[in-house]
Amino acid sequence: MGSEIWVVAEHRGGQLRRPTLEALGAARQLAGAAGAAVAAVVLGKNAGGLAAELGKHGAARVLWVDEENLDVYSSGGYTHALTELARAHKPLAIVFAASSQARDFAPRAAARLGTGLLPDCIELGWDTGSGRVSAKRFINSGKALATVQVKTSPALVTTRPKAFAPAAADGAGAETVKCDVKVDAAQCYGKVKEYEQPAATKVELTEADVVVSGGRGMKGPAEFAVLEELAQVLGAAIGASRAAVDAGWREHASQVGQTGKVVTPKLYIACGISGAIQHLVGMTNSKIIVAINKDADAPLMKLADYAVVGDLFQLVPALTQEFKRVLEK
Amino acid sequence: MKIAVCIKQVPDTSAALKVKPDGSGVDTEGLEFVISPYDEYGLEEALRTKEKLATGEVVVVALGPERVAKALRSGLAMGADRAVHLADAAFDGSDAIATARALAAALKKAGPFDLVWAGKEATDDGMSTVGAALAEFLGIPHASEVKKAELSADKTSITCWSEVEGGTAVVEVKLPAVLTAQKGLNEPRYASLKGIMMAKKKELAVYTPADLGLTAEQVGKSGSPSEVLKVEPPPKKQTNTKLIKDLEPDAAAKELVRLLREEAKVI
Repeated sequence: MGSEIWVVAEHRGGQLRRPTLEALGAARQLAGAAGAAVAAVVLGKNAGGLAAELGKHGAARVLWVDEENLDVYSSGGYTHALTELARAHKPLAIVFAASSQARDFAPRAAARLGTGLLPDCIELGWDTGSGRVSAKRFINSGKALATVQVKTSPALVTTRPKAFAPAAADGAGAETVKCDVKVDAAQCYGKVKEYEQPAATKVELTEADVVVSGGRGMKGPAEFAVLEELAQVLGAAIGASRAAVDAGWREHASQVGQTGKVVTPKLYIACGISGAIQHLVGMTNSKIIVAINKDADAPLMKLADYAVVGDLFQLVPALTQEFKRVLEK
Repeated sequence: MKIAVCIKQVPDTSAALKVKPDGSGVDTEGLEFVISPYDEYGLEEALRTKEKLATGEVVVVALGPERVAKALRSGLAMGADRAVHLADAAFDGSDAIATARALAAALKKAGPFDLVWAGKEATDDGMSTVGAALAEFLGIPHASEVKKAELSADKTSITCWSEVEGGTAVVEVKLPAVLTAQKGLNEPRYASLKGIMMAKKKELAVYTPADLGLTAEQVGKSGSPSEVLKVEPPPKKQTNTKLIKDLEPDAAAKELVRLLREEAKVI
């Protein structure tokens, strides 16, 4: 104890959320550099079942707070439980996957512990001399890259989705430690009353391996149906440019770029998006970029790995058919 | 109802940026500055609440150098009643936690407030930290990334709809509370000519750390638990664009899928 790197396990419906495994991968790297052990923190009633999966992916210990009042997420309850644990066990660093939940309570935890928080990191480092955690993160919507350091302990960091490889399943299993932290109902402010899920199970944009995006060239909301069909075949999430969102064709949750989301999928297929700077900053770090556009001179056609010149309303359905053919074989 | 709105002045989001050659930060020379877009959604929501209730006060609060007064005047021109500027060289270099601590002290002095809005993040450093940390320093609840908010009839609580992965979370918080604004909340208004004229006459108070009872160790670089070591241009992606053109749709699709499978190996 005292030389652990912690990972906060995020779970919903009894399932570990996939970005947690990426955070665990990042924590294992950091622990390797710091000569520390990795422990996972599980907050929530009956969530102890996650311990096996966390152990399999390299956590040596799982600190579990099994508390009725943590059954449903609340910023107050989670902040209280995590900071009490941190005060008692003094980890070197606490790693979260950058998610809406982490953005909600990690800042509170940092403020309460009087320590620094580095959100949305793409690389973590350990300075042996000072014993400090450093990180690289994009600023100004990706127009610059900053190296930042936490001067205090524990350092709180969140990992950008897809920036770190998920932890390998080569762990020896974890020792589960039940931690006694009392959480009163009154401490659970900011409690989620309910989750309104969309009718269809959507692939989360920032976590998707493939993103199919549409822009002004889509011409209208109904026309996104051709992208939906392609996305269905590829198991992809649907994105949109600001032009398409501001026109009211797609909801803001699907906006890629500045004032929207940053995505780094393996494959990004941009349909009818010219590629304004404000869009590019949201997708430029995708592994492979495909652009489909009538205009061969559009900025995105020059940035793409594969630029297809033509009418998207003919090309996209043809692409859907071809993917169907080869993937079903 | 007294509502505070924390705003940050940031480089115009459409501007190209240069990094200083010594790696100490972004070169702000000659840049246009604006109110961070997410803060504008918070301000618009505050103004609408005041208009709906036909009573109350909206106060814009910002931390930063002298140029930030312009952002506060823009907030006043949109309709805020008064402004508070945390302006002192001692504040320079404050990270998100130190900023939240100073803002909390300023809100206590200029308040108390029933409701505090902030943007869900600033478009320059993208820390998405100040709002929730501010709530912690004030000892009040918060709700994050709010895209819709409804005040209860008795005005003692507010229900917030927030975007979360794969859906929407509904959170009800008791007032006073801090809410952070997400895009989609509203469409911010433009300042009218009359608003711009009136803004010149509205109160703009300037606070130093001493005014807020903060010591030199609690603000600026020394009050910040994190620090920026280096800022560099983003890594440039080298691309050799392969152009697929002058093919029938079916042939183009076939060729693209072949390349994605055999060359790029992503499918």
